[in-house]
Amino acid sequence: MIRTEEMLLNMGPQHPSTHGVFRIILKIDGETIIEAKPVIGYLHRGTEKLAEDLQYTQIIPYTDRLDYISAMTNNYVLCHAVETMMGLEIPDRAEYLRVIAMELGRIVSHLVSWGTYLLDLGATTPFLYAFREREAIINLINELCGARLTFNYMRVGGVKWDAPEGWIEKVRDFIPYMREQLAGYHDLVSGNEIFLSRVKGVGKYTKEEAIQYSLSGPTLRCTGVKWDLRKDEPYSIYNRFDFDVVTRETGDCLSRYEVRLEEIEQSLRIVEQAVEQFPAEGEILAKVPKIIKAPKGEAFVRIESPRGEIGCYIASDGKKEPYRLKFRRPSFYNLQILPKLLKGENIANLIAILGAIDIVLGEVDG
Amino acid sequence: MMEELLHSSPGLVNFGIFFLLGTVLLLVVLGFVTYAILAERKVLGFMQNRMGPNQLGGKWGLLQTAADVLKLLLKEDTIPKLADKPLFIIAPVIAFAPSFMVLATIPFTDKLQFADIGVGLLYYIAISGLTTIGAVTAGWASNNKYALLGGMRAAAQMISYEIPLVMSVLGIILLSGSLNLNDIVAAQADTAWFIFLQPVAFFVFLIAATAELTRVPFDLVEAESELIAGFHVEYSGFRWAFFMLSEYVYLFAMSALVTILFFGGWLPLPFLGFIPGAIWFALKFSMVVFIFIWFRATFPRLRADHLMEFGWKVLVPIALANIFLTALGKELFEYFF
Repeated sequence: MIRTEEMLLNMGPQHPSTHGVFRIILKIDGETIIEAKPVIGYLHRGTEKLAEDLQYTQIIPYTDRLDYISAMTNNYVLCHAVETMMGLEIPDRAEYLRVIAMELGRIVSHLVSWGTYLLDLGATTPFLYAFREREAIINLINELCGARLTFNYMRVGGVKWDAPEGWIEKVRDFIPYMREQLAGYHDLVSGNEIFLSRVKGVGKYTKEEAIQYSLSGPTLRCTGVKWDLRKDEPYSIYNRFDFDVVTRETGDCLSRYEVRLEEIEQSLRIVEQAVEQFPAEGEILAKVPKIIKAPKGEAFVRIESPRGEIGCYIASDGKKEPYRLKFRRPSFYNLQILPKLLKGENIANLIAILGAIDIVLGEVDG
Repeated sequence: MMEELLHSSPGLVNFGIFFLLGTVLLLVVLGFVTYAILAERKVLGFMQNRMGPNQLGGKWGLLQTAADVLKLLLKEDTIPKLADKPLFIIAPVIAFAPSFMVLATIPFTDKLQFADIGVGLLYYIAISGLTTIGAVTAGWASNNKYALLGGMRAAAQMISYEIPLVMSVLGIILLSGSLNLNDIVAAQADTAWFIFLQPVAFFVFLIAATAELTRVPFDLVEAESELIAGFHVEYSGFRWAFFMLSEYVYLFAMSALVTILFFGGWLPLPFLGFIPGAIWFALKFSMVVFIFIWFRATFPRLRADHLMEFGWKVLVPIALANIFLTALGKELFEYFF
């Protein structure tokens, strides 16, 4: 008598494709997933609680470690929140440096996402190509702030370091190089039949579901919702640049992949314009007191990180430390839809779906 | 010399000679495996913009694989507590032994061959199928869920792709009228390389062979991003090395088979007959190995259900159509000329 049995499979926290210490408890029948239960928290460091005992400038390095693939946007959201509370005017040159750094960070993030996604799907080469370009950008950022991963670059009121001599030219030279490589990426992967068969129509959700699950960033735009905070609630100096909000209609893994690759192109456009408009001289830090104290009250700001909307809420009682600090971490919110998407899929699709959501565990766990 | 040996009566001296030659072949194959791994890493490095092994043994990393094997030998041999011990131990052997057995029938040149049996091709395919049992046994005996899934995938994949593999060579058998690998090469000397006469069969065979070798894009069996390492996830040290070794010996054997079936084995290109057959064989063979490595650098992995679909719904019908067309072509050719 043949008898089949459900099997309980613990995927992670040590698993090559969970992008860190993510764990999913799977109930599987053969290779078909009956139920998936994500378990998070293995990388929880209590950033928000720790911040309550830290001065604002001291919190910035902690934000680097949330979404460590794209630390610039995290730096910015905290500074932006404090600046909003204090009502600071930011010097132009600082704003341009910030935008260039953030957009370069976005390109890095999407490159890593692209490379690791293809690695998850079994192609090893794209990963190394993506990291070659990432290396070029990281070197640029290294020249700017002396760090390659955890930048600690921004300060309340501006940025810590000015661009070294010739840096802007280097960034300008990088843009055509990156465009060329991007075309190569499409040649290598985007039309590959095997790749398409893995991602087309996989992990589909609708516009309504995306909004219900509070998805943001590429995971939202892939369903056709034209929502990008850089356009819809312009912060910093994004209203000075001409760029498109990339959307797709289908809402499957392929559309998310396409949105990310095209966003690299849009980021290049922004960097191109920013480099063009870059003021020859000027301050890089606004006039801020030595010890920063946010006035009593509260503020919530949100910006567009590569993964979605990252928000920062600060409640202050007028001291030099925040009374309460809270981040809206996009990876965490984007992950919510996972159990729904996984039901009835097989393990190979699990990898494709999880990879397309593009989480960073540092951010999920906070 | 081989000819006489093969037809001589069994005796102690003959046994000694065979044993010696077998050892030589073993060393050649092990040497191949050593440097195939190095070549693979170097070629992958070249394609992926990095150096590959470059420390041990000069800038070409010539001793890298030897060091790796040494490391594997020194590694602790772990057996999971709840594993099925006898099966766990015997599985690498089951996977490994057939990979060397198939080498016996492969004619490297018209003189250098160990067993010139009439059904050489059939022997190859039959014996190579045994390795699947090793993979399934390993997957089952490990008592690990990933290993079990990997073992199941191995069984499904290898059985499914054996069929188009056999079907695709039927066209060649029709043309050459023999299952003997020597005769197949000889038939190509009379007409043309079978890649020109049987291009469809070549592509079906190459795809099915890649799947049989469980190499990218058909490496679902050990899909590291899904199943960690598939059926050999619990293996370490030299037991694991046996699986890897068998994989690379199969790469050797399969590339040799492709060379013989489609590229005319040791046959030279026109006007270049002064170069010995062994060198021709080595050249063509290296080219085939390179193709397999190239695949690995280029393709993502297929999904299990697509793999099955592709095997049964695409490759098998194409192979069947190829047999029909070949037979038809042969009849018509004989009728008119």
